Amino acid sequence: MSLLKPFFNFWKKEDDNLFDENISIEETRFVVLDTETTGFDYENDRILCIGALVLQNGSIAIPESFEMYIEQDHYDKSTAQIHGILKDFILKRPSESEALQQFLAFLGDSVIIAHHTVFDVTMINKALERNGLPILENKTLDTAYLYKKTLIESHLFERKDHYSLDDLADKFDISKKDRHTALGDAYITAIAFLKIVKKLKEKKEVNLNSLFKL
Amino acid sequence: MKNTISHRVADFLKNFPPFNFLHHLELEKLSEQISIIYKDKDSVIFAENDATHDSFYVVHKGAVALKKNLKNAVLDMCDEGDIFGLRPLLAQENYIMEARAYEETILYAIPIAVFKPYALENRHIGNFLIESYASNTKNPYSDIHKNKLYGDFIGEEPSRSDQELFDLQPVKYSKKIVTCGPSTTAKEIAKILTKKKVGAILIVDEMLPIGIITDKDLRNKIVSGDYPITTTAETIMTKPVITYSKKMTVTEAQMAMMKSNISYLCLTKDGTVNTKAVGILSKHDLMVALGNNPAVLIKALKRTTKVKEIKPIRARIMQLLQGYLDQNIPMTLISKIITELNDACITRVIEMSLEKMSSPPPAKFAWLALGSQGRSEQMLHTDQDNAIVYENVSEVFRDETQAYFRKFAAHVNKGLFTIGYDYCPAEMMASNPKWCLSLDEWKTQIEYWITNHGKNEVLLSFIFFDFSVTYGDSETANQLSDFIFEKLKANPIFYVHLVSGALQSPSPTGFFRQFLVEQDGANKDQFDIKRRALMPLTDAARVLILSHSVKSISNTAERFEKLAELEPQNSELYLSCSYSFKALLKFRTKQGLLHHDSGQFIALESLSKMEKIKLKRTFKTIKELQELISVRFNVSNLV
Repeated sequence: MSLLKPFFNFWKKEDDNLFDENISIEETRFVVLDTETTGFDYENDRILCIGALVLQNGSIAIPESFEMYIEQDHYDKSTAQIHGILKDFILKRPSESEALQQFLAFLGDSVIIAHHTVFDVTMINKALERNGLPILENKTLDTAYLYKKTLIESHLFERKDHYSLDDLADKFDISKKDRHTALGDAYITAIAFLKIVKKLKEKKEVNLNSLFKL
Repeated sequence: MKNTISHRVADFLKNFPPFNFLHHLELEKLSEQISIIYKDKDSVIFAENDATHDSFYVVHKGAVALKKNLKNAVLDMCDEGDIFGLRPLLAQENYIMEARAYEETILYAIPIAVFKPYALENRHIGNFLIESYASNTKNPYSDIHKNKLYGDFIGEEPSRSDQELFDLQPVKYSKKIVTCGPSTTAKEIAKILTKKKVGAILIVDEMLPIGIITDKDLRNKIVSGDYPITTTAETIMTKPVITYSKKMTVTEAQMAMMKSNISYLCLTKDGTVNTKAVGILSKHDLMVALGNNPAVLIKALKRTTKVKEIKPIRARIMQLLQGYLDQNIPMTLISKIITELNDACITRVIEMSLEKMSSPPPAKFAWLALGSQGRSEQMLHTDQDNAIVYENVSEVFRDETQAYFRKFAAHVNKGLFTIGYDYCPAEMMASNPKWCLSLDEWKTQIEYWITNHGKNEVLLSFIFFDFSVTYGDSETANQLSDFIFEKLKANPIFYVHLVSGALQSPSPTGFFRQFLVEQDGANKDQFDIKRRALMPLTDAARVLILSHSVKSISNTAERFEKLAELEPQNSELYLSCSYSFKALLKFRTKQGLLHHDSGQFIALESLSKMEKIKLKRTFKTIKELQELISVRFNVSNLV
C-alpha cells in the first residue's frame, strides 16, 4: 500500500488542474471567441478585431457580448479581402493595450472555446506579451477537435484532418451570414459547440471534465 | 451595444409580426437586449403553473410544443418566427401550459421590460397583440395564449390533436389572390391559372370582386366551343361572387360550399361584395385543413414551391401514420402508403433541386435510396442514405458531369435535411463523391466489394445492394442490378461472407432468455430493436434473395414471402419471418411515434407483459432463420 501511495499522489496532482467533478457544463461560464487578424504569422501579424460572447446554461446574452476593433499599424491588403476590415476603419479604434485590458476583464477565469483555439489564443498571447500583460491561463476547448470526436469511428468513412468552421456550419445547419466577422464566427462556434455536446451526450455521459479528456 | 449578433437577430425578427411593425432602428435596439437560448429536444422551457420568466420567446430554429399536462395533448406547435409565453407576462399570471422543445431548438428570449414600451406606444403592435388573442375567441382554447397570427400560413398548422374542436377554428385561406380585370381574355386567363397553379381567378374592378372564373367555367364555356378564346372575362365569369367574411370557421366554409355547390369562396373584408377581397378559399384548402388522406397530401405536395413547405406536410404524414396504427390497419398496407408518401416528398425535393440547377442534367441519372429506405421500410424520420448513378459519358465531359451531379446532390441532401432527414453520420450520401458515380465507376466499385471480401466491403454491399430508384432513369439502375447478379454468380464465396456478416448482429436475448440491453451511452438499459431484431432478419433475407437472383424485391417482408414461394419446404419458417418482421417494424414505428424519434431504442419497463411476450416470440424465429442460413452456406467452414 505504501508503495502505491506516491503513484496515487502523482495522479491526484494531475487531477487538481481539472475541475470539480460536480461542475456541470450548464453551470460553467464559457467565453466563445474569434479573432480577425492581418495574417497567420504569430510574430508579424496583428489582431484587427476580437469578438467574444458568454455562453452559460445554453444561453447567449447579446448585451454581454464583446466586439472590439483594434487600431493597428501593421496592415495587410491581401487579408482585407477576407475580413473586410479596411485600415481607415481601424484607425478610429482603441489601442491594442486598451482593447486587451478590456478583453481580459471580460474573459475573467472562464473556459475559452474557439475553432482552432491554438491560433486565436497564441495571437492574443503574443499581443499580451507585446503590451507587457500577463498571458492567458484559462482552460481552453477547441470545436475543431471536439467535432472530430463526434464522428463515428468507421473504416467506411474517412475523417478529414481539418474541419473548417464552414464545414461545421453546414453540418449543423447554422447560417453562415456573418462568416468572417469575429463575433459572427464566435456565434457559429458557440452554436456548433452546443450541438457537439449534444452529439457527444448521445454516445455517453459527458461532464465538463470529460470534455478536456476526450 | 450594437454588434454583429444583434444585427443577425434583428434581421431574423424583421420578417415576423409584430416585429415587422418596428422601425429598423428600434428593432436593432431591441435586439441588443435579447438572449439566445439553445434547447435540446424534449427539454422544458417553462412548466405549467411556473412563475413567469422575465422574457417571452420567439422560435428562431426548431419547434416548440405547447401542452397542458393534464391531457398531455399538444395544443399548439410554434414554428420559426412564432411567439410564445407572452400573454402570461402581459396578464401577470403564471404560465397556464407547458412549453417543451419538440426538436432541437434555438430561441430568442426578449425581456418584457424592453418590449413593453413598444407594445404600448406602437399602435400596430398593440393591435397585433389584441387581434392575435381576440381572433381566438371562437377557439375552444381561448384561455390559452395562442399567439399565431391567423391566416399567417396556409395549411401550415401542424398537429391538430382535437379533431372535433378543430371544426370551429377560423379557416386558413390563401392570401395570395390571383386576379385580373374584366377585359382580360380567356386565353390569357388560362395562361395565368397554369402559371400560378390555381384553379380559379377573381375578376376585380377597382379592387372589388365582380366575378370569378374557374377551371370549370373555361371547360364549359371555352373548350366546349360556345365562346372563342378571345372572349373577355366579363362575358364568361360567374357573377355575382359569393363572398364571406374572413372570420368564418372551417365548418361554416364547408356548409357554404355545399349550399351553393361551389368550390371557391371569396373572402372580403366585411363579408360583402362591397369591400376589398382579402383571400380565396378553395375546396382544396378546406380538404387539407380537414384531414389527412394520402390523395390530399400528394396534392398539397405538388403545390409546394419551397423545400420548407414540405416539412409541415411530412408532419401530417406522421399523423396519418399514427392514425393508421391506431386503427390497426395491416402493416403491409401502411408501409406501402407511407413509403409512397415519403418518396413523394423526396421526389419533390429532387425536382426542386433540379430547378435550382442552371442547366438540365448533362446525362441520364437515377437517384437511389439505400438501406432501409431502399427497402421501403423507413417510415419515421431517420438518417438519409442515398446515391446517384449516371450513365457513362465520354472522357471529355467526365469532370463536368461529375461536378454537375455533385452540386445537384448537395442541393438534394440539404433539402432532405430541411424536411427532417438527418445527414448520414457515415456520409453515405450522394453529395459524397464516393456515392455519386457513373455506371462504369459503380461497376468497378461493386466488383471491388465482391472480390475483396473484407468486413467493410460486406457492410458496404449490405447497404448498397438494397437500393431502389426514387427518381430518374431506372434503366441505368437496372444495368447495375444485372451487373451485381452477374458478379455474384461468378464469386459464390461472397455469399459466405454475406452470411457471416448477417450472423454478426448481436443476440436479442441472453442465456436466461432475458432481453439484452445496451450497456453504455445515451441509450443505456434500453433494448436496441434495430440491431438485435430487425437487422438479423433483413440481412438474412438479402442473402437468400440474392442467392435466388431475384431482382427488384427489396422489402424484407416481401422478400420472405417470395422465398416462401421459391422454397416450399421452408415456407412455414419464411412466412413466420415475414410476419415477425412486420410485427417488429410496427413495434418500432409505434415506439418512434410515441417518443418522436427513430424508435430504435426501447425502454423495456414501458412495455406491457403481452408486448414483451410478442417480442420474444419473434426472437425464436430469428434464431431458426440464422441456423438455416449458417448451415446452407456452410459458414462454419470459414470462421
